[in-house]
Amino acid sequence: MGDHVKLRTYDLAASPLRELNAELHRQGDGANDTRWEILNPRGSHAVAVGVDAPLDIDVRGSVGYYCAGMNKKATITVYGSAGPGVAENMMSGKVVVKGDASQYAGATGRGGLLVVEGNASSRCGISMKGIDIVVKGSIGHMSAFMAQSGSLVVLGDAGDALGDSIYEARLYVRGGVQSLGADCIEKEMRAEHHEQLAALLDKAGVSGVATSEFKRYGSARKLYNFNIDNADAY
Amino acid sequence: MCGIVGLFLKDAALEPKLGGLVATMLSTMCERGPDSAGFAVYGAPTAGNAKITLQSASPEQDFAGLSDAVRRVAASEPELRVTSTHAVLTVPAETVDAVRAELRANRPGIRVMSVGQSIEIYKEVGYPTGVAARFGLGSMSGTHAIGHTRMATESAVTTLGAHPFSTGPDQCLVHNGSLSNHNSLRRELKRNGITFETDNDSEVAAAYLTSKMQQGMNLGEALEKSLDDLDGFFNFVVGTKSGFGVIRDPIACKPAVMAETDSWVAFGSEYRALVGLPGIEKARVWEPEPATVYFWER
Repeated sequence: MGDHVKLRTYDLAASPLRELNAELHRQGDGANDTRWEILNPRGSHAVAVGVDAPLDIDVRGSVGYYCAGMNKKATITVYGSAGPGVAENMMSGKVVVKGDASQYAGATGRGGLLVVEGNASSRCGISMKGIDIVVKGSIGHMSAFMAQSGSLVVLGDAGDALGDSIYEARLYVRGGVQSLGADCIEKEMRAEHHEQLAALLDKAGVSGVATSEFKRYGSARKLYNFNIDNADAY
Repeated sequence: MCGIVGLFLKDAALEPKLGGLVATMLSTMCERGPDSAGFAVYGAPTAGNAKITLQSASPEQDFAGLSDAVRRVAASEPELRVTSTHAVLTVPAETVDAVRAELRANRPGIRVMSVGQSIEIYKEVGYPTGVAARFGLGSMSGTHAIGHTRMATESAVTTLGAHPFSTGPDQCLVHNGSLSNHNSLRRELKRNGITFETDNDSEVAAAYLTSKMQQGMNLGEALEKSLDDLDGFFNFVVGTKSGFGVIRDPIACKPAVMAETDSWVAFGSEYRALVGLPGIEKARVWEPEPATVYFWER
């Protein structure tokens, strides 16, 4: 993207959110206006939701629920913190939160990269289905619950019940894990995992951290199918 | 849903602006609770006196001649300040029981919203900004305040079902969530002599904390104990004469964000509620941890 691309600035203190989102939805693959700046979000919900074009969107301030939800192709950076459900069901592209993220960041995400530079709270990556999430701080309880695929990288600590009922997602945690959820176990870090983790850290702009500092967690694959011996547990 | 806002001032210079700040906070939470709204404001206590906040569906009738009736039982001149459906009655502290007995006997249409040295509670059915304007929240002053916008789940949309609930002197509680064991807890608390005004689950939480504090716990200890005894979803914000507390249940589904500066501590269901506070750009902003008591006391 060259300097000749003009920056489109949209002030949410002056114009309605629906108009902004409608305008973003009008942008297609070959759009001329690829650089966007959103001012005064003041905790608004659903900022830049459903974008389906390779836009570069900077949000100057903190946002409320569902920012960048369902994102496809766009790079969305929040210069502040994000409320619940940031990048929920993201398909592709990249979402960066410079501050903290609230509950269920990246929930059900199918692709793309979510980077949280601060902490993410509970249920981070719940039911993730292919998204990659890198959290530079710590994550709260019940994170990666029923996570199906994709990777969750945590440079800090993880809260209670990490990876409960997990399927095939990969969880890399550098700090402590308060407890593991049902069917989630620590797994060996093989060469392919070091390689994958190094690539994710690089994509998220993390340097000076060795992949050997991380432990990998994943599914013990004992809850995949109904087992008659477990009937008492239901 | 439901929306909660709370503001606890550390800087006395902000006290005249408390109501204005809280009115702005409350106005951002209308969509979270359009059914009804309420707020508790803690003002300056007057020595030896108690404030009783009253509510009536027929204020013209129920508040008429009230000063005379109270003078007879309190043997002193009460101060009566009527605002819409509410009235604040200031009487000597030792006459509170006699005044309440008089109200119960002869003014059955009057409900007591709160009793205490500092607290005043106002709540009504209606859109939150309308409720705030009706009672003049914007021009109130005080040291701390808690507000609530309600989307009813567990009981009817009525004035008494609105929050805050007050079940002890200068105490109040607002709740976002729903409790599953409120009926059995209510029965237990009734056996211990606590009376209830509604079928509301949040009133049970308030009464539970009051009963624990009657047994000698401080607010922080009572909140800690509630984690063992209350089942369900809850974010509670509670106030006492000099304190302000926050707790979330261990699952912590209900949204919460807090902010603190040298001048104030604030709670909001969402960050939107905090953006109008002075110095928010520099405030420490965080999401309160589940099953963790946060408590400030002046």
